[in-house]
Amino acid sequence: MSTQIRKPFDLVVAVPFAATLVLILVGSVFYPQMLGLDYLSQQLQIAAFLGVIAMGATIVILLGHIDLSVPWVLGGAALISTTLAGTGDPTLTMLAIPAALGFGALIGCLNAVGVVILRIPSMVWTLAMNSILLGSSVLYTGGFNPKGEASGLMSFVATGRVLGVPMAFVLWMGVALVLALVLHRTGFGRYLSAIGYNEKATYLSGVSTPSVLFAAFAIAGVCSALGGVLLAGYANQAYQSMGDPYLLPTIAAVVIGGTSILGGSGGLVGTIGGVFFITLLNSVLSVMQISEAWRNITFGLIILVMLLIQTLRRKEG
Amino acid sequence: MRDFLRSNRREVIALAVLVALLAVYLGTHPRGMSTYVMTIWANQCLILALAAIAQFFAVIVRGIDLSVGAVMALTNTLASHVLGGTGIELIGGAGLVLLVGVLCGLINGALVVFGRIQPIVVTLATASIFVGLALILRPTPGGQINYDLADAMTLDVLGIPTALIIAAMVIGLFWVPLRRTGLGLGLYAIGSSEQAAFQSGLQVRIVRMASFGLGGLFAGLAGLYFSFVTTTGDAGIATNFTLNSIAAVVLGGVALRGGVGSVIGAFAGAFILKTISALMFFSGLPPLAQPLVEGLVLAGAIAIGGAEILRVRNRLEVFAR
Repeated sequence: MSTQIRKPFDLVVAVPFAATLVLILVGSVFYPQMLGLDYLSQQLQIAAFLGVIAMGATIVILLGHIDLSVPWVLGGAALISTTLAGTGDPTLTMLAIPAALGFGALIGCLNAVGVVILRIPSMVWTLAMNSILLGSSVLYTGGFNPKGEASGLMSFVATGRVLGVPMAFVLWMGVALVLALVLHRTGFGRYLSAIGYNEKATYLSGVSTPSVLFAAFAIAGVCSALGGVLLAGYANQAYQSMGDPYLLPTIAAVVIGGTSILGGSGGLVGTIGGVFFITLLNSVLSVMQISEAWRNITFGLIILVMLLIQTLRRKEG
Repeated sequence: MRDFLRSNRREVIALAVLVALLAVYLGTHPRGMSTYVMTIWANQCLILALAAIAQFFAVIVRGIDLSVGAVMALTNTLASHVLGGTGIELIGGAGLVLLVGVLCGLINGALVVFGRIQPIVVTLATASIFVGLALILRPTPGGQINYDLADAMTLDVLGIPTALIIAAMVIGLFWVPLRRTGLGLGLYAIGSSEQAAFQSGLQVRIVRMASFGLGGLFAGLAGLYFSFVTTTGDAGIATNFTLNSIAAVVLGGVALRGGVGSVIGAFAGAFILKTISALMFFSGLPPLAQPLVEGLVLAGAIAIGGAEILRVRNRLEVFAR
């Protein structure tokens, strides 16, 4: 059932890390600066944005569900935090990050209402939530890029460095550590993959499956919102459809990391590898200065190859 | 009759909603019911309806196709290159466009059936590839479609919009016969229980491949029809159509868990979705509020579909859904 959770360094998890290493080595043959500390620490910073979101996505996918509301939870959180910080009022500025995270948790719970109580497939319900959020933000901003700016704390978290390590990366690892502890050391974590594996059996074993689902979706919402806060801090603003480029790479990172899209097996460590891989792949493809068309094609092909490798691995195991 | 209504409950509800919406639309439209109004409405609806059918063939066998919009973008950009000529070139061009659609579907199918990867992730990756190819064909929107052909497909015949005639033909000449063949039955069998279908001696792999091929064909048709309506090629249409095609099949009563629903439902769902957008346009709502109302209506419609859960007597039945 949760074999990969108990053995975090099993081979499926190692694949994306190995692939990332290959990517760096091959890339450095053409661009020696890829081995430089500057480049790598910059990649860690960029990976953190995707990484934070992917942590939440992993939790939901472990359940056998999916959260397609990521783009506008991210965008909404960015909008809320920059608007509050943009007022210049010290109290409101301080509230910027908590308000954005609270927003994420709220939307996560609304997602869960549809999925848990109405039993609507998560793929459809979260998609509808996404369009409602999109609509709200269009109504609020009037279709223009919203005014407002990032608070000092937001900028520091997104772009600052501690002992040369990007703060965003530290934060990402913090989130991953907390969630990993929750997954491995609490009943919640066990129930999570149990539900992904067989919800009926889990329910019959006396687990309150609705509360697990609610918590999982709320965590995913908070993670997406945190991603939004980070991005807003990085860009010093919120902008329309800033979350759209993050939806599909997030799912790709989770799946490449060996988490089954059907739920029940996988874990956070694999996803971290998947995030590294996707971030570096994007970076290498843009460093090579090939056209957007070929970048899309290469991206798709490499994801397919990774998926085939992962499927073959699982069949052997 | 009652049995018929009961067994086709989902389609009947969707069609009733559609008729009501259409009545409101024609009632509020400043120009009232005219061939012109109906033609424009039907054209927009048919594009999404064809995309929804493509999605239907993925969903009915318990899959999902995130590359519907990407295949549309690819076939649309291809059409803008090969459908500019006249006469026999047009037939060859249209054939080529549809062939590419089928090919895309079969690639998805092969990866799912032989690569044993889940459809959702396969189509996620192939969508990226198809959009890339579309961008090579048309880095910026442009190109042209033969106007005579485009007009013939998007205007009206004796006052009836051509799009509605095409819709009727797809249902009457394609779907109704297909439903009665072994393939049609096999689609539902696999969607309901792949294991049972396999153990009954069904060629699960072949049926699955056929289903993806048909999905590709209809995504190609959607791309082709989009070309007739817009008469240009645009590689940027993918995301929107993929998401709307999923929403359309759900509104049309096709269950995402597979094995339930029909092409007629997919049609109705797509027409409902487009009619709502059209209604918005003339409703006098401030334009900025329209996306929000559209989202709320979509969520509401889906939630009503989910309200069936209230009829479940045994809590455990919930988990089978």
